[in-house]
Formats: sequence, structure tokens, C-alpha cells
Amino acid sequence: MSSRFRSSALALALVAALCGCDREERQTRGKPLGETVPASASPDTVFPGTGKLPPLDPRAAAYEGNAAAISEGQRLYNWMNCSGCHFHGGGGMGVALMDGKWRYGGRIDQIAASIVEGRPNGMPAWRGKLTEQQVWQLAAYVRTLSGQVRKDAVSARADELSNTPPQTQTKREPLSPSDSDQQ
Amino acid sequence: MTPAERAKQPPAKVPRDGPDLTGPELHEKLEATWENPPGFIGWLSSVDHKDIGRRYIVTALVFLALAGALAIAMRLQLSKPDNDLIGAARYNEIFTMHGTTMMFLFAVPVMQGMQVYLTPLMLGTRNTAFPRLNAFSYWMYLAGGALLWVAFVLNIGPDMGWFAYPPLSGPQYGVGKRVDMWAQMITFTEVAALAAAVSLVATILKQKAPGMGLARMPIFVWATLVTSLMVIFSMPSVALASGMLLSDRLVGTQFYNPVERGDALLWQHLFWFFGHPEVYIIFLPATGFVSEIVATFSRRTIVGYPIVVMSLVATGILAFGLWVHHMFATGLPRIGYSFYTAASMSVSIPTGLQIFCWIATLWEGRPRLQVPLLYVIGFIFTFVIGGLTGVMIAAVPLDLQLHDTYFIVAHFHYVLIGGAVFPLLGAITYWYPKATGRLMSDRLGKISFWMIFLGFQLAFFPMHIAGINGMPRRVYTYPAGMGLELPNLLSTIGSLVVAVAVLLFVINLVVSLRSGRKAEPNPWDAASLEWATSCAPPKYNFPHLPIVDSRTPLWDAGEKLPVVHGLRVEDREVLLTTVMSAKPDLREPSAEPSPWPFIAALATSAMFISSIFSPWAVVFGTVPVAVALTAWFWPKSPKPEREPVIS
Amino acid sequence: MRRGGAILPFFVTGCSGVQTMMGGEGAEGANFIQLFTVFMIVCTVMYLIVAIALIAAVWRRRNAALTLDNRRHHESSNAVRPALIGWTALIAVGLIGLTIASFFTDRSNAANGSNPQLSLTVTANQWWWDVEYSSPDASKTVRTANEIHLPVGIPVEIKLKSNDVIHSFWIPNLAGKQDLIPGRETDAQLLPRKTGLYRGQCAEFCGVQHAQMALDITVESKADFQRWYAAQLQPAPPPANPLQRAGYNYFTTRECGSCHNISGTPATGQVAPDLTHFASRRSIAAGALPMNTGNLYGWVADPQSQKPGNRMPTVGLKADDLHALVAYLETLK
Repeated sequence: MSSRFRSSALALALVAALCGCDREERQTRGKPLGETVPASASPDTVFPGTGKLPPLDPRAAAYEGNAAAISEGQRLYNWMNCSGCHFHGGGGMGVALMDGKWRYGGRIDQIAASIVEGRPNGMPAWRGKLTEQQVWQLAAYVRTLSGQVRKDAVSARADELSNTPPQTQTKREPLSPSDSDQQ
Repeated sequence: MTPAERAKQPPAKVPRDGPDLTGPELHEKLEATWENPPGFIGWLSSVDHKDIGRRYIVTALVFLALAGALAIAMRLQLSKPDNDLIGAARYNEIFTMHGTTMMFLFAVPVMQGMQVYLTPLMLGTRNTAFPRLNAFSYWMYLAGGALLWVAFVLNIGPDMGWFAYPPLSGPQYGVGKRVDMWAQMITFTEVAALAAAVSLVATILKQKAPGMGLARMPIFVWATLVTSLMVIFSMPSVALASGMLLSDRLVGTQFYNPVERGDALLWQHLFWFFGHPEVYIIFLPATGFVSEIVATFSRRTIVGYPIVVMSLVATGILAFGLWVHHMFATGLPRIGYSFYTAASMSVSIPTGLQIFCWIATLWEGRPRLQVPLLYVIGFIFTFVIGGLTGVMIAAVPLDLQLHDTYFIVAHFHYVLIGGAVFPLLGAITYWYPKATGRLMSDRLGKISFWMIFLGFQLAFFPMHIAGINGMPRRVYTYPAGMGLELPNLLSTIGSLVVAVAVLLFVINLVVSLRSGRKAEPNPWDAASLEWATSCAPPKYNFPHLPIVDSRTPLWDAGEKLPVVHGLRVEDREVLLTTVMSAKPDLREPSAEPSPWPFIAALATSAMFISSIFSPWAVVFGTVPVAVALTAWFWPKSPKPEREPVIS
Repeated sequence: MRRGGAILPFFVTGCSGVQTMMGGEGAEGANFIQLFTVFMIVCTVMYLIVAIALIAAVWRRRNAALTLDNRRHHESSNAVRPALIGWTALIAVGLIGLTIASFFTDRSNAANGSNPQLSLTVTANQWWWDVEYSSPDASKTVRTANEIHLPVGIPVEIKLKSNDVIHSFWIPNLAGKQDLIPGRETDAQLLPRKTGLYRGQCAEFCGVQHAQMALDITVESKADFQRWYAAQLQPAPPPANPLQRAGYNYFTTRECGSCHNISGTPATGQVAPDLTHFASRRSIAAGALPMNTGNLYGWVADPQSQKPGNRMPTVGLKADDLHALVAYLETLK
């Protein structure tokens, strides 16, 4: 029945729009294997004149909004004891990751650079201690803490104590530089 | 005219069937009243139980083929150790889809489809109760199946097993939207099954032919009644469980989170409270098929009709008390387990009694070894093996070794394929002439039977051995040197034979539509009412509704079956009778064709599918559903002519 | 019917297997074989009764059948009622007997496990087993991964926990399985009766690499067990040559130490298998690969090719680092 095909084609298009295949992509190795996070990810958030942020590293697309990467990042967040300083986003000894304030940049490649290089006032450098893929996964997860990522890629909670409202309800915090904050 | 004056008018002449309105003239009027509107909208609006039943069966057979293809893929991957035909992630999706499709999209719907098609014909009425609800149920089923399979094709299909235990299916470990696709499909198919079940129960209790008391119903109708009641009591459990899982995943509730005082085992209890009755929901209609076929092909009534009926009811009730036997390895208290061992063992008693009655019927009668009876014989040989391995795993010390191994895979395929698919194939062969007016090819039927029977044994018997040799379930590969190579290779070869056999059966189905031998109304010389009307029954089923006074009306009625006169022919009308002894009670209008069930199903589908992505969909999605339901139930204006209530 | 002839060769193969229910090398495993045999006999007898009755019903010669043709299709012969009663009684007696047999087996298993003299805790992770031998003296606990050594004839109690999803602990040669459920502690009792090398496997679907989550069990004499235990208590030996030292340096300063622990070194990660005595194990990656140099190279270089989806990332090691690491890991006996 041609009408049946029409309606099923429509249904297919609808679901394809909704499915977001990049959300569900699962990579086991991470491509490409590299040694370091790009040096081009500048931590600066303020530029002289009309300068703009360098373009987003192409590898970001494989991690930003990818459900598997976010899930692995969540696991690594607990395994590497990020919650020891950053708690579950609220911060303690370390800065809060749930707000939109980023001293060293809140884009995924800037976060990855912060993880790899370490930052003053206590953020250890993870270069060489985690693979690049793991760092990107962590950065992808950290992005979700302030609601930057589309909600269908995020899981509502982990199987742990309920520390925050469900992640699928997190409000998207506008990214802003936090240079004026004392830390 | 005032109402008082109108009341004094003589009653308008409403055309009714009777001795003065019969034959081709009656056929013309009834056909006009009971046919579908023309065109595509008419096709969508059909509320004829035969259309709906046929759609259910054809769709379910398509899903059978799809899931069967997945099974062949699995078997090819497992044909040798350390094979790399299919990778781990893809294999996990495949076995999840195979199990889910077979259980939710094939087994229950095909049985319900057969029930919806046959029940009104067997009861001697024109349509089911709640025809539009019936139509709605089919569209919901189709939508749920489409959701699952489109998701699979687009690589967002589920991969956590057909029973989806949390925490693996929970928000932390069930990554992305795969689990949600599965859980929402459950909602669709559960709504569909419930709707069909409700319609069937009402039909059976209130629309039997006059004189067909409960004790004279065909056994298949009893099986339908018991099964539909089981659906009503068990489906809500899985809907609740999957709803809670969706809620955990979407809005962060803690139902299955052990850290926040939820419990991973809660899922298992709720799921298996449904899951165990589910397999009897699949099996009992098959026993109904067997009873009908055995009676017809032995040329006598079933021996021990009350025993068979009570066995059906007892199985239906007992089935609700067994579910923990799926959880023997979870570490619950042992004394509780003993109860479930006892219950699981005792559920085999009613089935054993049914088997006695069938064999006694064959013994006392004169069996004709035609294809439907061959399938019944194959069923007994196969199902009893599965039932006996079931008795084994009802014992806890045995189950602790055998659970989650290929021994269990062998067991449930023996009871499901042997116990449900074989009778189904026999039933399709048996009722095919009724539905299409032609007989299926006898030779091809016999070849398919022997291939599927022998191929099945080759495919699944070695799985018992593989399980005993240590092969767990749901593994995409296994190491060499454990004695698993030979059983797996034999299983793969057997599965290919089964695939060819099923293909032959389908070819038989399709080709016989054109070139099968034309069938007379009662080609098998059977006894129940559906054989009283022409093959490929007219839209209105029977020109005059029959009256019965025995369990085998066509065998006992002599020359002509007594019939009811007095039903309207220009409006859709059915006769309601009392529940126990089927005395004529009321005339009831039957619903006209309507596109609103389809539209309501579309609106509900939109609501369910979008609620996978956002909880707001549950709020906003109710608006189109409410609109569709309002239009569906909008009352008709009263008819212009009046007539006395009792005539 | 089909059973008798085909079973024997399969069972014979199975008997000598490392992961088979027919091994019976543990008390519970032996009880299983006994009970299974009882059930098989009873069930086979019942099946033969049904099969023979069915064949007879279909093929017997009939002189006076009660069918439609002689209008006797509603009658049944006098033999039906007593046969029905007899059949029901037979089923009931059979089931009661089997239930009683099952009950006695259960009691025997409970008695065998009632006085454990050794205690372990097994924590399941996706997709490896964390094994810890408890001891009242904290300095005498042994932590290892993916393998268990047991002294023969000593009842053992194993506490079962899970760090993530539901798994199932199953050593078919020794005993039945028990699930490991997050949020609960279940337990299993083992009483190994014969020395030997066995294999267990996870038996509850736990994710993408469920198929490669096995463990190696060694049942040995009490003296051998104590020798093994004492060796496990030692910290890792220091590297003896420059290549091993380079491997040690890489392990402790780079990615490996973030997750793995080697006692006596700065590598103290707790989230991955303990590698202190890694080279003494029989397999790598929870039974995925037998332990040998070639497999070690393959695993360390690219774990994702051997067990795709598992939690150990492919680092992308340079060749020199790879040689050094493998050389160091092989000293961890």
C-alpha cells in the first residue's frame, strides 16, 4: 500500500530527527589516538581587540553530547575522585562545576585542556595519567553538570546518593568568565 | 408531532431477518450494513474482527520472520568458538531484539489475533464486543512494534536483554535512549493486549449463541477466556515496572537505586509477576488449538471436557504463584523458595491431565493423520520434553546450576516452539480454509512439518548439552576446548533447517491463496459453529445467528442448525445472552466503522514516543488524545423511528 | 527417544571439562549430579509413558471406535476414568517424590556449608572479579583478581558483592550459582573435594563483555594453598634490570597507576584489578586470554581489540614503553 509506505517514511523521518545518532555512537578506542589535548584550546576567555576564541577542536564532536562518553566520564569522575574536591558539581575545595562560571573556559576543549594541564590553586595535571580519550570523556561529563548539553544524552541520575536534582532537569547555565571571583 | 402523539403511532417497520427475509435478499442487506466504507479511510476505519484478527496475525508473522532472521544471525556467530562474525555490542542488540520481538511482538499478538478472529465465529455472533477498542488495540500494537524496530535499524535499539534487569538497564549503565525505546514499546503492547483482552472477555461472557452455556463453549473459547483474564491481571505489573524504569531514567526517581533505598530486585519481582503468566498466556491458547484439532481429527468430542476446562482454569490461576522460580539465584530466603518449588511442580498437574485427555480422545476416536494433527502430535512429543525439563528446574538445587545457561534456552524453546508454535502452525493450516476459502497444499504442509519438527530437535536438543557443559546464556562467543563446539554447530545446522521449513510454510500460505483447492464450508467435518458459515465468512459472519444445544452443534443438529430470527438488518446489531446458560437477553447495537480508533492510536503513540525524550510530553500529549477520545465516544443522535423495546 | 543414544558421547566429553556441571568436584556439584540423575530417570519414564501412549493411540487397530460415524462421539469407554485417576496419582506421587528429593539435597548442601573455615569476599565489576581473602589480622589479607585458590576439603564461605550491575558467580564444577546484586550482600558456600584447575564464569548478563568475564579456580592441597597464600602476601619484587626499571617507571608515573594497584610501589589505583602478583595468574583479563608473553603484549598494547568495550583504555603506547612494561609485568609473580 503506497499510503502505508508514505506514513512509514514520515515516521522514519520523525524518529531520525529525534534519535540523534551521534548521541548513541559507541567508540571503544577513541579516534584518533593522540598524545595530548590540543594546545590551541586557549584557556583565555577574554581577548584583546576583536579576537575570538579559536575554533572548536574537531575531536569535540565525537564527545560533546555523546551519551556513552558522558556515561564513561561520569564513571571516571568518581574513579579519579574528582568529587573529592568538586563534589558532585557543587564544589568544595575545588570550584563548583554546576554554575556557568569558568575561569579557564567552559567549552569542552578548554575543559579538556584544564584537566590535562592542571590549573593553579590545586587542580592537578592529568597529562599522562589518563588517556586522551578519558580526558575528553570527563570533559563531556563536566559540561553536563551546568546543563550545557542536550538533555536526551544525559542520564537523570547515577546509582548513588541523590546529590543533585535529576540531570535531565538541570537548567542550562550561561557560560561566563569568573575572573572577578575570588577563589 | 408531539412525543405523545408519536408514541401512539404504530411501530415503524424495521427490517429484521426471519423466515420472510432470508437468502440472497438478506445477504444483500446484511452485506451493505456490515461492510467497510470504501477506500483507504474505510480500510483504516474497519472494526470487523476478521480484519483486525487477520492484521494481527500477518503483522505477528512478519515479526516472527524478522526475529527468526536475528536468530539465524546469532546461530551463525555461535557456530564456532571465538568467532568474529558479529561483535559483542551488536550481538547483544540482536539477542535482545530476538527475545523482545518473539515475546512481545509475536507470541502474544498472534494468539490474540487468532482469538479475535475465531471467537465471534465460534460463538455464533457477528462481531466482538467493543469493536473500536479492538481496532485501537491493533494500531497500538503496530506502533509499538514499529517503534522498536525502527529504533533497532537506526542503531538505538535495546541491548540489555529482553528482561532488562536494572541496574544494567538503569540510568547509569543503560546509556542513551535504547532502554527507553524498549520500555515504551512495552507500554504500547501492554495497552494493546489489555484492550483486546477486555473485548474478548466481554464477547465471551455476553455474546454467546443462545443455548451455548459456559459448559457448551468450545475449548478454544474457554482458553481464550482464561488467557484474557490472565492478561488483565498480569500486564499491569509489567507496565508499572517499565513505567518506573522510564521514570528513573527520565526524571531521576529512585525505584531501582539501591543506594537510595530502592531495590534492583523490585524490578525482577514486578517483571516476573507478569513474565510467568505471560508464558501461559502464550501456551494456553495453543492448548485450545490442540483441543479443537484433536476433536475434529479424531471425529469425536474431547474426552473429559470438564477436566480440560478445569485444567485451563487451574493453570491460569496457579501461573500467578510461580514467578520467584526465575529468581532462585538471587539470594532470597530459602524457605520462600520452597513454596515456589512446590507451586512450579504442581502447575504441571493440570497440563498432564490435558495431555491425558488429548491422548484418550485419539485413542477412543479414529484419528486422521492430516497436517493439523501432525502438528499436534509433534507438539506432544516436543512440549512434554520442555515440560519435564521445567520440572527439573523447579527444584532449587538443580536450578542453581542450570539457571542462565543454555539448558534454560533449550527448555523454553521446547515449551514455546513445541508448545505454542507447533499448535499455531497446525491451527493456521486448520482454519486457513475458513479464512480464505482455499486449502493449503497438503504435500508442502507435510514437508514443512517434518522439516520443522526434525530441524527443531536438531537445533535445540544439543543446547541442553551445551548448558550442562558450562555455556552461560547471552554470550557472543565461547572459548574452544570446553566441549561446546559440537553442540553449537549442530544447533546452527538445525536452525537453518527450521528457517527453511518456516519459509516453506510461508510459501504454502501465500501460494495457496491463489492456487489452493477450493474449500467447502466444512472441509474437515468439524463440529463447532465457525464451520457453519461459508468459507471466507461474509462480513456479517452468519446470515442468521445459530442456536446450539450441545458441545458439537454441527454434529448433533441434524439437517439444519436452528437459528435466531428478529435481528435488524439495516443497522448493526448483535444478540446478547446471559452469562451462564446463554438465554437470549438483549439486542445490542454494534459499533460502526470509525477512523477515530486509528487517530486515537496515533495521538497516543505521539504522546508515548515523545515522553521518551521529555516528561512534558505526558502533559501536552494528553490534549490530542483527549480530542481523539472525545470524537470517538461522541454519542450518536437518536434514531427517528421508534419501536417497542421488546418485540 | 532421541535422548538415549545421543547423550552419552556428549556427557563423556563434558566429564573432563574445566567448566562443566558434570564434574562434581565440589560437594554441591556432586549433589547436583545425584539429584539430576534422579530427576532424569523419573522424567524419562514419564516421557516414555506419554510417548508410547500417543503412538499407540494413533496407530492402534480399531474395531469399535466411539466416533461421529457411529453416532457415539459423546461416549467414552469405561477404561478412561480409572486411567485418569491412575495417571493423576502417578504424576502426583512422582512430583512429591521429586520435591522430597530436592528438599533433601537442599538440606545436604546447607549442612556442607554450615561451618566455613575460610572466608573470601568477591566483588564483581564490569567485567572482572575482585577477590579478597579475609583474615582477622588485617596484615594477612590477600587481594587478587580473577582467580581463586582453595584448599581441598575445607568449607569456604564467599561473600558476594557488586560494584555496578547484577552479575552471577558460577563455578559449575564445584557448586551452583549465586547472583551478586548491588546494594545487597549475598553469599555462596563451596566445599571442593578434588584438586584441579577449574573455570568459572559470570552467569547474569552484565553488559557488553559479559561473555568474557571468567575466573580461574585452583583447588590444591592445604600445603600448596598455604604456600600460595604466603607468596601472595609479599609485595611486588623490585625491577632487576634497566628494561624492567623503565617499565616500572612507566607503570607508576603514567596511566597504569591511576587505576591499578601493585603493592610495594607507588601505583595504588583501586578501581582496576590488583596486579601485585599478576604474572602468577593463569589468564589475562578475566579469562579472556591465556597468560603468556604474546598475549600480554597484545593486551597491554590494545585491550580494546581483545575485549572491546571493557574499561581499560587503549593508551597508544610507544614500542619501547610496551617492551618495558611487559618486561616489568612478567616479574610480578
